[in-house]
Amino acid sequence: MGSLKIENVKKSFGPVDVLKGIDLDVKDGEFVVFVGPSGCGKSTLLRVIAGLEDATSGRVLIDSQDVTATPPAKRGIAMVFQTYALYPHLSVRDNMALGLKQAGEPAAEIDKRITAASTMLSLEPYLKRRPAELSGGQRQRVAIGRALVREPKLFLFDEPLSNLDAALRVNTRLEIAQLHRRLKATMIYVTHDQVEAMTLADKIVVLNAGRIEQIGAPMELYHSPANEFVAGFIGSPKMNFIDGARLGESVKTIGVRPEHLTVDKKAGTWKGTVVHTEHLGADTNVYLDCEKAGLITVRIFGVYDAEPGSTLYATPDAGKTYRFDADGKTIK
Amino acid sequence: MSKATSSLPRSIGAHAILLTYTIIALFPVFVVVINSFKSRQAIFQQPLAPPTPKSFDLIGYTTVFGQGDFFLYFQNSLIVTVVSLFFVLLFGAMAAFALSEYRFRGNTLMGLYLALGIMIPIRLGTVAILQLMVASGLVNTLTALILVYTAQGLPLAIFILSEFMKGVSDDLKNAGRIDGLSEYTIFFRLVLPLVRPAMATVAVFTMIPIWNDLWFPLILAPSEATKTVTLGAQIFLGQFVTNWNAILAALSLAILPVLVLYLIFSRQLIRGITSGAVK
Repeated sequence: MGSLKIENVKKSFGPVDVLKGIDLDVKDGEFVVFVGPSGCGKSTLLRVIAGLEDATSGRVLIDSQDVTATPPAKRGIAMVFQTYALYPHLSVRDNMALGLKQAGEPAAEIDKRITAASTMLSLEPYLKRRPAELSGGQRQRVAIGRALVREPKLFLFDEPLSNLDAALRVNTRLEIAQLHRRLKATMIYVTHDQVEAMTLADKIVVLNAGRIEQIGAPMELYHSPANEFVAGFIGSPKMNFIDGARLGESVKTIGVRPEHLTVDKKAGTWKGTVVHTEHLGADTNVYLDCEKAGLITVRIFGVYDAEPGSTLYATPDAGKTYRFDADGKTIK
Repeated sequence: MSKATSSLPRSIGAHAILLTYTIIALFPVFVVVINSFKSRQAIFQQPLAPPTPKSFDLIGYTTVFGQGDFFLYFQNSLIVTVVSLFFVLLFGAMAAFALSEYRFRGNTLMGLYLALGIMIPIRLGTVAILQLMVASGLVNTLTALILVYTAQGLPLAIFILSEFMKGVSDDLKNAGRIDGLSEYTIFFRLVLPLVRPAMATVAVFTMIPIWNDLWFPLILAPSEATKTVTLGAQIFLGQFVTNWNAILAALSLAILPVLVLYLIFSRQLIRGITSGAVK
């Protein structure tokens, strides 16, 4: 159906190495999210899988077939782009039909697939319109529809929600999750937003500077990050990192998530001054400047009043601290 | 219109400046056209007066149509302009697409080389071009003119179009590749429609110098069968006597086709279907 195997893929643009040897296995039906800061190579990796970029070395296998030298149209993939990339001169219907016509599918089959896809995405009323006459959310649905009708082995999403506004982003995220459940298709999704990664993925691949930092289920990454980078990237607000030497510990860095700290006005491990408080309603973020630990963030559930300048004590929950060695690796 | 962005004195001022410029720009054309409808005497007595029933005379036009084969000259001019324009746009757009889309060794150098022609006038090479045309037996053919004008128009076309093509969304081209479109289909069906306004700009800038050129027709194709309008009008320009009626009539007529072409392209300039392709 749709498994993917990447073997030691490297990609260089001139002297710049964008991908420095990527190995990855994606099982049939999995929803895999590539996440990482901008410039980490996640989009390039997706393009290599799609065949839009040639790998400098290494192999890409889809369904155990080596497709490294196969053109994009013959790889059995479909891609949804950040900018939608709809053909401006074609109607919604023709946008969806173009790839199938190009592949020589019979007209009846094309009709059948377009009807099915447009019903699934509630696009029927818009089939005759041009992309210019649609809203952003509708355009993104057409782009997804164009991918659906190809019935690909592999769906590739390149930051599909980045151009949508916040409310629409949550809705579309939900639709993509439901789509995955219904189609049981293999999907690969690129994003820089760790919330999207956490909410959608069966498996997250964290990339940094052209290398895979860690692969795992969302909760696996949250609870046992392999290194300092993953620990800092997954979770919001990000994990507090405290210099081990300042705390008199033997390790290089100590990490504590903001939600794993409790505050008290009278006593606690680290004494600090409140710098700023963010009230979000459901929770409150307090920024504390501690004597020993430096500036740390504490996430308190519910409403909590803390005047800037007042003194608070923060205490890490037992067993919820992470220790990192000089290379940034987690010490188990 | 909101008050914040327009005030009466300001818009009067702007219109006054624009109108003055329009009048200055159009005045010579206006003088040519009104004098083409006047008798020879009237042209010299009152060059700036519009034709009156007394001074009205079509002698210029009858001379033009009677003497010389002006219909053929027009046809030659049109063929040379339209065919050169077609090649400039086609090859210019193709080169621009390659420069903006593909990474290859020497890409930047190639771009600079192709743009160099903007700074070096092609007329500097007239002697060499003439020798080349003589050697290849192309003297006194329209092909010679078309080749020269295509070469003359390409640098600017490539320069402008490659800038515009860099602006066409990569995602759109990649979507085409995934849908199985060939590079040619992507170029002709996706990219060209999106840079149509730029193509129209290039067309206008390329077309007018070709239509108005006297130099190359005079040197490369002066035979009766290949004369262009500008060269054809020269027969009325003698060393001792000049038939002003005929010259002004020929020039007035020469404005028309280029005006039609301009109107066609300027509509394309305004139209644009980019919106909706990408956000």
